[in-house]
Amino acid sequence: MIAKQNRFLLSLPLHIFIILVALIWIFPTAGLLITSFRPASEVASSGWWTVFANPFDFTQFTLSNYKDVITNIGIGRAFVNTLIITIPACIIPIIIASFAAYAFAWMEFWGRRFFFILFVGLLVVPLQMTLIPILRIFNQLGLSGSFLGIWLAHAGYGLPLVIYLMYNFVSGLPSEIFESATIDGATTFQIFKSIVLPLSVPALASITIFQFIWVWNDLLVALVYLGGTPDVAPLTVRISALVGSYGQNWELLTAAAFVSMLLPLIIFLSLQRYFVRGILAGSIKG
Amino acid sequence: MKKHFYLFIVLVGLISLLFIPVHAEQKSVTVMGVWTGAEADAFNKMVAPFEKETGIKVEFTGTRDLPAILTTRVEAGNPPDISVMPNPGQMIEFAKDGKLVPLATFMDREKLLSDYSQAWLDLGSYDGKLYSIFISADLKSMVWYNPKAFAAAGYEVPSTWDELMQLSDKIIADGNTPWCIGVESGAASGWPGTDWIEDILLRIAPPETYDAWVNHEIPWTDEKVVEAFEIFGQIVLNEEYVYGGPKAVLTINFADSPDALFTDPPNAYLHRQATFIKSFMLEHFPDLVPGEDFDFFPFPPIKEEFGTPALGAADMLAMFNDTPEARAFMEYIASAPAQEIWVGELGKLAPNQKVDPMVYPDDITRKAAKFLGEASVFRFDGSDLMPAAVGSGAFWTGILDYISGYPLPEVLAQIEAAAVDAYGK
Amino acid sequence: MRTHWFTPWLYVIPALATLVFFLIYPSFNTLVISFFGPQSEKLVGFANYIYCFTNEIMLSAFRNNLLWVALFVPLTVFLGLILAVILDRVRYESLVKSIIFMPMAISFVGAGVIWKFVYSYRPTGSAQIGILNAFLTFLGRQPIPWLIERPWINNICLIIVGIWIWTGFCLVVLSASYKGIPRELLEAARVDGANEYRIFWKITLPLMKPTVAVVATTMFINVLKVFDIVYVMTNGAFSTEVIANRMYKEMFIFRNYGRASAIASLLLLFIIPMIIINVQRFREQEAFR
Repeated sequence: MIAKQNRFLLSLPLHIFIILVALIWIFPTAGLLITSFRPASEVASSGWWTVFANPFDFTQFTLSNYKDVITNIGIGRAFVNTLIITIPACIIPIIIASFAAYAFAWMEFWGRRFFFILFVGLLVVPLQMTLIPILRIFNQLGLSGSFLGIWLAHAGYGLPLVIYLMYNFVSGLPSEIFESATIDGATTFQIFKSIVLPLSVPALASITIFQFIWVWNDLLVALVYLGGTPDVAPLTVRISALVGSYGQNWELLTAAAFVSMLLPLIIFLSLQRYFVRGILAGSIKG
Repeated sequence: MKKHFYLFIVLVGLISLLFIPVHAEQKSVTVMGVWTGAEADAFNKMVAPFEKETGIKVEFTGTRDLPAILTTRVEAGNPPDISVMPNPGQMIEFAKDGKLVPLATFMDREKLLSDYSQAWLDLGSYDGKLYSIFISADLKSMVWYNPKAFAAAGYEVPSTWDELMQLSDKIIADGNTPWCIGVESGAASGWPGTDWIEDILLRIAPPETYDAWVNHEIPWTDEKVVEAFEIFGQIVLNEEYVYGGPKAVLTINFADSPDALFTDPPNAYLHRQATFIKSFMLEHFPDLVPGEDFDFFPFPPIKEEFGTPALGAADMLAMFNDTPEARAFMEYIASAPAQEIWVGELGKLAPNQKVDPMVYPDDITRKAAKFLGEASVFRFDGSDLMPAAVGSGAFWTGILDYISGYPLPEVLAQIEAAAVDAYGK
Repeated sequence: MRTHWFTPWLYVIPALATLVFFLIYPSFNTLVISFFGPQSEKLVGFANYIYCFTNEIMLSAFRNNLLWVALFVPLTVFLGLILAVILDRVRYESLVKSIIFMPMAISFVGAGVIWKFVYSYRPTGSAQIGILNAFLTFLGRQPIPWLIERPWINNICLIIVGIWIWTGFCLVVLSASYKGIPRELLEAARVDGANEYRIFWKITLPLMKPTVAVVATTMFINVLKVFDIVYVMTNGAFSTEVIANRMYKEMFIFRNYGRASAIASLLLLFIIPMIIINVQRFREQEAFR
């Protein structure tokens, strides 16, 4: 009993620290959430926290921001377009990167170190500088304005980080499993398919989320390679077009931010169950 | 293994299907612009009759990232058929590079001459060739006020600079603040201040000096430019003259700044801004009645001999691809019926002189159109005519530095250095 | 692992081909253009590079990026690491993780709007709509115009936004790595009487070192490329300019491709320290095997 109480007292600062950090982190977003339910005229004249003066006075809230966003951006089409862009733009680089990371981590070949460092170095290349030369080639290949073009582009831009993160994980796998698998006569592809990939699920889950979010929130690449007409425009392009050229109706952005955040957050939450301990530990012993 | 192989084949097949460009082959014209939100809606209303009559589909992309997207697509050889130009300076650069289609090759010269004043045609030309059509304009030389607040305090509309300053002092004597200014505008912060400098310069020097300044034939350290900044500084750097003082000027968004006119009691009485600010006033205070709750008077003359010039800016379109559809569209937007829809929706002013003033939404807009049409001197927003590194760069930053209290000679020397670099002289 | 000489290449070539096309070829293109004038019309030698190191705004951008490196990198990595370790002990881990991660899912335009309601400034006497100034006013202090108070306050305010966004990334990656550490190791140390602090330094940290290096490298490169936050909040005014924002302006607003390319090429130079660290790590890992 006493021990339990002691442990609780000892861990109390820990809980306080965590809750404090969480509060600091959620505070700005909470402000935005409340703001998204307030009419524009009030947003400009009083702070969002003033709603707590009479929290049950529902007349101070409005759904009009959400209504405007949903009706104005043709949300169905925009959502579908975004998914058409995002899903392959996630899967392609992750597959390519998993192959490469596996080779870098566990195979011997000429130029291995050089290429790995080169790949990491490419992290720093600003994608803005690649737009013109790539678009020029896309035009010749007939890829500009096509979904394939934008998938490949996102794959290319995301690849360095995905390889880097995958390499870090795959190279950390215990060498014993590779040795015993090789002794058992497994081919490299069999090892990749039945050992490396299954063991990498936690890493794959987190990398998928990152790549998904970047592609989901991208505006520039979509506008350059795909264009902004309603039949192809993703959510971000439609949302940024809600606000007038002088910034009129910017209050719609508050609601739009939550509309566009919804899916990435759902994916994060649903993949969280892969972020657990034990998958690796169990397999090593077995 | 075999299963995977088939899966692979199916995938390849699916991907090659998607290779097909997403746009169906139909008679169409692609148009890019900065217009988004309500402006994009107005644009679509304007093109609807055109689409109906010609059967040509207008594929419009509106983005505030227009400079970046347009630069990229033009450089990559994939421009839209027609695009809004971010500013006349940019249009000239594209024309110089031979990227634009000269409009005289297909547009009726006589009709253009009767529809547009020479000033607009000249602004749309480079090297004697017309490349660009203006579809709407904004007047900038305006001071907005609240007639009800003026009446309550017994203030009168000034007609000269001295009267304006006397009025300002009187407002201070009454324990109030005369001006509200906000220069914050996100990535474009500083631009409202550049309009002040331009308006003042036009009123303390002949238009030739203004042109010389725009073309960097006189340096930024020229005494007239210094004087223009100093006159602006008398207002903006004075804690008593401007609501919240310089710190507030730097942090308040330009669109929020006129809100001060409509508080009770008014936080400020005077606001210098272009025609488009009306839409923000109505957005923030939907109950206001134009003409009763807010009105404007022309930015008054400072030196009598230079009168009351009109400073303005305008939206222009130019053509990159010479297709029959693009030609038809350029002709359409240059016409009065198209501009009547466009300016009627947005409360902007029409460059086409044949546009019926009755399409304007209210008397204020008609008054502004009259001022713009009749001004003896009209000049285009200078910062839009300068190379972007100055007009959308060093000039903006210079304004912000000046308002934050940097010494004027240092501010001007900075802009001058950027100008020498950008103009190459 | 022993393999046929070309087997590894089958695994690497798809990645290599994609990268050659999308990043390596354009980088060479950039490098070449950086020696030419604004529209690549004439050769100018090192003029664009000289500009980068003599122009006052560029120099202040370098200084600001240095401040970003000094604050952003250690704070994101440290916070991510601490949270990864201590969150493992609480039952509400996934909730807190989601909260810290949430900013990553917000587009930068959304983030700009959010922080507007934090840093907003209104003149003394009128209602503050920014929470920080409302708090100061509540305490009876003068409001502070956060984003224009140069050179420290405004830059730090921008860096805080960066930390708010990116700590979630560090947390997720580091947490995955922490969970990969066999529990038996930690339990054994605890049984031996080592305190938590000692366990962290002697066992946890050394085991997580490769991942910490990865996260730190990523955050460092993030600083070099930081653009969105500065672009939406100040666009580099009031001495908050950063290298990548300058590059964006030179490229798309001023249309000076030569200079934009020179700045981009300099970024490649600046990551050399990080490359060296990674080379060493790569060697270590090989020696370990």
